[in-house]
Amino acid sequence: MTVQTATAPGRVTEESERAKAENTLGRQLVLPAIVLMMVVTAFPMLRALYLSLFDYSLTAPDDRDFVGLSNYWTALSDSLFWRDTANTVMIMVVTVAVELVIGFAFAMVMHRVIFARGVIRTSILIPYGIITVVSGFAWQFAFSNSNGFVNGWLPFMGDDFNWFAQYDSSIIAIMASEIWKTTPFMSLLLLAGLANVSEDMLEAAKVDGATWWQRLYKVILPNMRAAIMVAVLFRALDAYRIFDNIFVMTAGANKTESISFLTYRQTVEQFQLGIGSALSVLLFLSVLVVAFLIVKLFRVDLAQARQE
Amino acid sequence: MATIEMKNIVKKYGDGFPAVNDISIDVADGEFVILVGPSGCGKSTLLRMIVGLEDITSGDMIVDGKRVNDLAPRDRNLAMVFQNYALYPHLTVYENIAFPLRLAGKSESEIDQKVREASKTLELDEHLERKPANLSGGQRQRVAMGRAIVRDAKAFLFDEPLSNLDAKLRGQMRTEIARLQKRLGITTVYVTHDQTEAMTLGDRVAVMKRGVLQQLATPRELYEQPVNLFVAGFIGSPPMNFLPATVEGGKVKLPFGDFDLPQEKAAKTEGKGLLMAGIRPEHFEDASVMDGGSDSTFTAKIDVREWLGDQQYAYIPYEAEQQVQDQLKELAKEVDSESLRTQLVVSLDSASRVEEGQEATLHIDTRKMHLFDPSSGDNLTVGL
Amino acid sequence: MNMTKNRVGIVIGCALILGWCLLPVAWIISLSFKSQEAITNGSPGFFPSSGTGAGWKNYEDVLKDDQFKHAIFNSIGISLISTVLSVIIATLAAYAIARLEFRGKRFVLTTALVIAMFPVVSLVSPLFDMWRTFGIYDTWLGLILPYMSFTLPLAIWTLSAFFREIPWEMEQAAQVDGATSWQAFRKVIVPLAAPGVFTAAILTFFFAWNDFVFGISLTSTENARPIPAALSFFVGADPFNRPASLLAAGAVVATIPIIVIVLFFQRKIVAGLTSGAVKG
Repeated sequence: MTVQTATAPGRVTEESERAKAENTLGRQLVLPAIVLMMVVTAFPMLRALYLSLFDYSLTAPDDRDFVGLSNYWTALSDSLFWRDTANTVMIMVVTVAVELVIGFAFAMVMHRVIFARGVIRTSILIPYGIITVVSGFAWQFAFSNSNGFVNGWLPFMGDDFNWFAQYDSSIIAIMASEIWKTTPFMSLLLLAGLANVSEDMLEAAKVDGATWWQRLYKVILPNMRAAIMVAVLFRALDAYRIFDNIFVMTAGANKTESISFLTYRQTVEQFQLGIGSALSVLLFLSVLVVAFLIVKLFRVDLAQARQE
Repeated sequence: MATIEMKNIVKKYGDGFPAVNDISIDVADGEFVILVGPSGCGKSTLLRMIVGLEDITSGDMIVDGKRVNDLAPRDRNLAMVFQNYALYPHLTVYENIAFPLRLAGKSESEIDQKVREASKTLELDEHLERKPANLSGGQRQRVAMGRAIVRDAKAFLFDEPLSNLDAKLRGQMRTEIARLQKRLGITTVYVTHDQTEAMTLGDRVAVMKRGVLQQLATPRELYEQPVNLFVAGFIGSPPMNFLPATVEGGKVKLPFGDFDLPQEKAAKTEGKGLLMAGIRPEHFEDASVMDGGSDSTFTAKIDVREWLGDQQYAYIPYEAEQQVQDQLKELAKEVDSESLRTQLVVSLDSASRVEEGQEATLHIDTRKMHLFDPSSGDNLTVGL
Repeated sequence: MNMTKNRVGIVIGCALILGWCLLPVAWIISLSFKSQEAITNGSPGFFPSSGTGAGWKNYEDVLKDDQFKHAIFNSIGISLISTVLSVIIATLAAYAIARLEFRGKRFVLTTALVIAMFPVVSLVSPLFDMWRTFGIYDTWLGLILPYMSFTLPLAIWTLSAFFREIPWEMEQAAQVDGATSWQAFRKVIVPLAAPGVFTAAILTFFFAWNDFVFGISLTSTENARPIPAALSFFVGADPFNRPASLLAAGAVVATIPIIVIVLFFQRKIVAGLTSGAVKG
C-alpha cells in the first residue's frame, strides 16, 4: 500500500551481480505485457492523433487532405458533441451515485449474513458475468409496451406507455440496465472494504456511545475511504465509456447518444476516419480529464489504484 | 557434522551501511551457538549468509573446511528452520518432511523410513496426512524441524523459531530443541532476540549490536563478566542497574552513599572521574533478613514493591544529572527497551517485609559490581 | 428484541439482493419461452400467457441458425485463446512485479492503470484502419490482440496480489532444502499460485466473452463475429420490433457458460475481483 514498493533493504545504488541479474530478469518478464499493451493502445492512439489532422473518409480514401486542427474545431463547435458529453456525464453521475448507495446497502447485508452466504454471492455474480448486450435486451424487452412487464407492474404507468418514445424515459431504461449489471461489482468491492473495518473498532464505538448512524459516518465510512474511492474511480470511468446499452436499447435515438456512441458512429457507420479520429482523441482526453478530476476531487490514493 | 568458520564476514547494502561488520566466529563440531541482539543488529543477516540466502560482501564462510561463499543454498547442505516455518501449504505433513529427500532423489523406501523416523522423534505420527493449515503453532514448528532433521544436513540453522509461539509453548519447545540437539549432536546456529533462549540453549552466545560482535562467550561468562555496557544491559532480566559512580580512596561514591570497593577493582578505576557502575538486582538485599548483618548498607525509600512468591523486586527512584540520564536513555534504546525514569531495581528475599513508601536498609554487594568507562562503554573491571 | 429486528432486516436484505440479481434473468428465460406469434401480436406480462408458450421451439430455431452457431464458435475460440495467452503473459509480468526489484516497475503499473481506464471506443477508428492495412480485420487474431491487452491489467493485478501472498520464505526454504530456482518455482510457487492463475483466467474470459465494441467494429462477417455482436445484429431490421423471444433464447444460450462458471467458481471469482481491485 506504500508508495515506495517494498524494497529489500539496500539494493539501490551499489549494484551486486545478483541485483543486476534481478533487474534484467524483471524487465524481460514484463516486456511481452508492455509491448502488447503498447501495440494495441499507444500506437493506435498516436495514429489517431495523426489521422485526426486529415480530412479522410473511407468512402473516398484517395482524397486525403491535411487540414490541421480543423476536425477538432468542427467537433468542438458542434452542439451535438456537447450535448452527448453532457448526456454521458449525467449518466455517469446518476449511475455511480445510485450504485454506490445500493451497492453499499448490499455490501452491508452480505457482510452481516451468516446463512446462505454462497447462494447470495453466487447470485450477485450473475449480473456481473452476464453480457451487457444481453442485459440491454432483457431490460429493453422488460420496458417494452407490447411484450414487457414493467408497465403492468408499475401501478402509475399506463399499460401502453412507450418508454422508448422520448428522452427521459429512454434514459431511465438505459440507466436501469447499466445499474442492474454493475451494482453487484460495486458491492463486492465495498464488501472487501468493509472487511477491513475491524469489529473491535465498531464495538469500541458502541461502548463509547455512538449510534448506528454515528458508527456509519464516523467509523465505517472513514475507514473504507480508500476502497470506496478506488471503486468510484473505476466505476465512474467505466460509466463514462457507456456504449453497449445505448447501442442495443435505443441506438442513440431520442438524443440518448453518449460520447462513445458518437465516436463509434462517425467512424464505423459513416467511415469518417478524419473527424472520427479527432473524436477518438477528444474522447481519450476527456477520460483523462474525468480521471484527473475524480482523483483530485476525492483525493483517491493512486498508489492503491495502481496496486502498489 | 561439521564446523562453521566465519572469517571477517562483512555485509554491506547499497547505501554502504554495513549490516554485518567484520564478524569472525568459529563454531565447533556439535556446538550450539546463539546469535543474539536487539532487532536490526544483523544476526538474521549473518545466519542467512551462512545458509546462502544473502550475498557475502567480503570475508570467508567456511563450512566443514570448505569455502562456501559462492555456493548456492542447495549446494551447502545446511538445514534451516524459518521464523514462520515456511511449510508448504499445498503438501501434507508427510510430504513437507519428505520434500528435501524427494529433491535429492532418494528412493521411496528410504524416504518413507526417514520420514517415519523423524515423525516419531517429533511425535507427529498422527498428523502425517494433515495439511499445515490444520496444525497448531507448536505442531507446525515440529514439522519445520522434521524437515530439517531428515536431511542429514551438516548443520542446523534456526531463525527465531519460537517467536511466533505463546509463552508457555515457547518454554516447552525450547527444551525440545535443546534435547534434540544434544541427541543428534549436530552443529547448530540459532538466532533469537530472546535472552532466555540465548542463555538456556547456547553452549556459547554471540551478542551483536549494529552489525558488530560485542562478546562471544558462555552464558555464565556473559552474565558475570560482560565486556561492556551494552552486553551488561542486554543480558539479564530485570536488567543490570546502572548508576553514576566515582572511585576515590578505595571507595565508590554512588547516589545512595559511599561504599568500600574490593582493592583490585579500586586500583583499576581510581581517579578516572565519572564512571558508570553496574550492579545486578540480586546483588542487593534487605539488610534485616541477612544472617550476620552487613557493613555496606544504605537506606532508601521503597517506591513500588512486586512480590512474586519466591522473591520480590523493589523499585527505588533516584535523581541523576541530565548527562547520566541521557546516557541511560541511549543505552535503553540500544537494548530495545525504554527507560522512563532513573530508578534502581533490587531483588529481595521473599521473607523481606519492606513496605512501599517506607525507608528500608539495603545491603549492596560491591564485590559483584562492575565499573564501566561511560564514554567507550568498556568494562574496566572485567575478569575481576 | 434488537437482535430479531436485525435478523429480519438481513432476511429482507437478502431477499432484495436475490430479487435484484435473479429477476431479470428469470424474465429473459421466461421471455424465451414465449412464442414468436405472441410476440408479434404483443404479449405483455412476465410469464407467457396460456396458449402462447413456445416450448423449446425458440431454442431449436436459434441452434439451427448458422450465424448463431458461428458466433458461439467464434466467441468460445477467441475468448479461450485470448485467456490462455493473456494469463501466461500476465503471470510472467506479475511474478516480476511481486517478486523482483527492477527499474521501470512503476511504469508497468501506471501503464496498466491507464489501460484499465482507456476508452475502448477511441481505439475503434485507428484499429479499424490499422487492422485493414495489416489484413487482420475480421479475423480471430484481430480480436484476440485487443482482448489480450485489455485484460492484461486485471490479470496482472490479480496475479501479483496472489504472488505477494506467497511468503518469500517458501521459496528460500525450498532452496535451502536443495531445490534449484526452477524446481522451487515448479514445485512450490506454481502450485501455490495456481488458484490465482485460475481466477485471473476466469476474469479474463468474462471480459473477452462480454466485449461488444471490438466485436462489432473489427468484424464484418460471421468469420470472426462473436456472440454479443451477433445477438445485436440478429435479424435486427426493425429496431422497435425485434424477434424478442428468439433473441431471448439466444441470450440464454450465450449466458449459460457464464452461469456455469459462476456456479462452480464463485469463491475464486470473488477473491480475484476483490484482491485485484482493492487490496486488503
